[in-house]
Amino acid sequence: MMTGFPTLLYKEVLRFWKVALQTVAAPVLTSLLYVLIFANLLDRRLEVYPGVPYAMFLIPGLAMMSALQNAFANSSSSLIQSKMTGNVVFVLLAPLSHLEFLGAYVLAAILRGIVVGAGVLLVAVPFWAPTVREPVWLVAFCVVGTGTFGAFGLIAALVVDKIDQMAAFQNFVIMPLTFLSGVFFSIHSLSEFWQKASHLNPVFYMIDGFRYGFFGVSDVAPQISISIALACFATIFSIAYVLVARGHKLRA
Amino acid sequence: MTAAIELAGVNKQFGTLQALADIDLTIQQGEFFGLLGPNGAGKTTLISILAGLARADSGVAKILGHNVRTQYRLARRLLGVVPQELVFDPFFTVREALRIQSGYFGLRQNDDWIEEVMYNLDLTPKADSNMRALSGGMKRRVLVAQALVHKPPVIVLDEPTAGVDVALRRGLWAFIKRLNADGHTVVLTTHYLEEAETLCGRIAMLKAGRVIALDSAANLVRTLHSLQLKVRIEGVLPAQLRIEGVASLGDCHVIPLRDYDELEPTLSVLRTCGCRIVELDLQQPDLEDVFIHLMNRDH
Repeated sequence: MMTGFPTLLYKEVLRFWKVALQTVAAPVLTSLLYVLIFANLLDRRLEVYPGVPYAMFLIPGLAMMSALQNAFANSSSSLIQSKMTGNVVFVLLAPLSHLEFLGAYVLAAILRGIVVGAGVLLVAVPFWAPTVREPVWLVAFCVVGTGTFGAFGLIAALVVDKIDQMAAFQNFVIMPLTFLSGVFFSIHSLSEFWQKASHLNPVFYMIDGFRYGFFGVSDVAPQISISIALACFATIFSIAYVLVARGHKLRA
Repeated sequence: MTAAIELAGVNKQFGTLQALADIDLTIQQGEFFGLLGPNGAGKTTLISILAGLARADSGVAKILGHNVRTQYRLARRLLGVVPQELVFDPFFTVREALRIQSGYFGLRQNDDWIEEVMYNLDLTPKADSNMRALSGGMKRRVLVAQALVHKPPVIVLDEPTAGVDVALRRGLWAFIKRLNADGHTVVLTTHYLEEAETLCGRIAMLKAGRVIALDSAANLVRTLHSLQLKVRIEGVLPAQLRIEGVASLGDCHVIPLRDYDELEPTLSVLRTCGCRIVELDLQQPDLEDVFIHLMNRDH
């Protein structure tokens, strides 16, 4: 049967690409500022892993954090805006299956996450010489992580009714989860309590695993991290699927 | 022949409000069907159920034999809906919006038809304009075009001419009539009753979620059994004619008659009483009179 999935995916990609200054360039610039400040300040004072200077440690984590945040922002802002303006009706009237609907939004979120993440790595080149030791792990963590946050963004957009509720979601859930995930530090530098607390944060495993892709060194074994990331993705994606299938706050 | 639209025992409640109550309605293929009712009567809810934008609490809705719940993909493919709200996607031009809408239905090589739809709705000069830059009337045209991009056999227009100028109305109805003549079923809701009277073969009137009348416009008008005799006379209106429903303004009087048989006796009274008729006009009821009569009646 002819499917609308490629078109919905194309439209979702086009949507963020048309405003790339805001959706890609801005988060890349923000990350660059982090690199400029923290890497310059701490590069010679800190060595998180043996032989890995601070800038080298920071940049992959920062790239992954930006990728995750932007994956969330893509699906959540697209759907909430469509709900608010009412133009979501064009998608709802179409003969798309629930999986096609969900898949297109999540895949577009993954793409934006990857574009932003790659942009961060690219602009940070003057500060480090990237070497990828484990490319398969790197790609796997990037796709699973951004996919999870893309699906999470969709859940948020389905659940909330207003833009300010979405902002609260972003500020009180997404920001703490991503900032307290070992982007700026190795959890081994934390006290035992906060080390244990970090292990409860699924984003920690995504960032730690992504970093493993570059250095072949991580706080947790990548097999454990990918298992946790995949379980997280499966759970979030399933919840999003159920909400889409029910038409939660989409269909009366 | 399979019905274009079939609703059987459809109920829908929003909180304590019974939006639709036991709706049974069949619309045959090729019909131009009118769905009339005051605001809140349930027209848009009914359309939303057909389009899958709302779910019936009970009952069955089918588009060309396909259940809108269990076979929603097939049903939606056969249906084109012009929503009542003036919505648009601000990221795209008119042509992009139409190509995207066509793509949602799996039609990615559909430019010939898209161009034809734009031409017929006078959208071609605005094809590369961003949706944000269009006037309200133009946006309404795009909504109509979006509903037609996949050539649906069943077209539902929810107040498509609200806030639209006369030129577009004429152009739109000419195009829709052509599609209807080509075999497309058209369901129309409108507050312009003369549009419904002119265009629709059959009309259903909804009130408080129920179908209270269903027939052709002509038959609905006939059910009213009412004529209005407007007379301007010299002299005082005779007491025999000062019946309930008579409206007088100066020497002008509007006298309701049940049918043509009452005309001659009424004129005879005026003659007998020596009232000279200066001006006379006999008005037949139209769909608006029927609508007002039915909506004011207790059901």
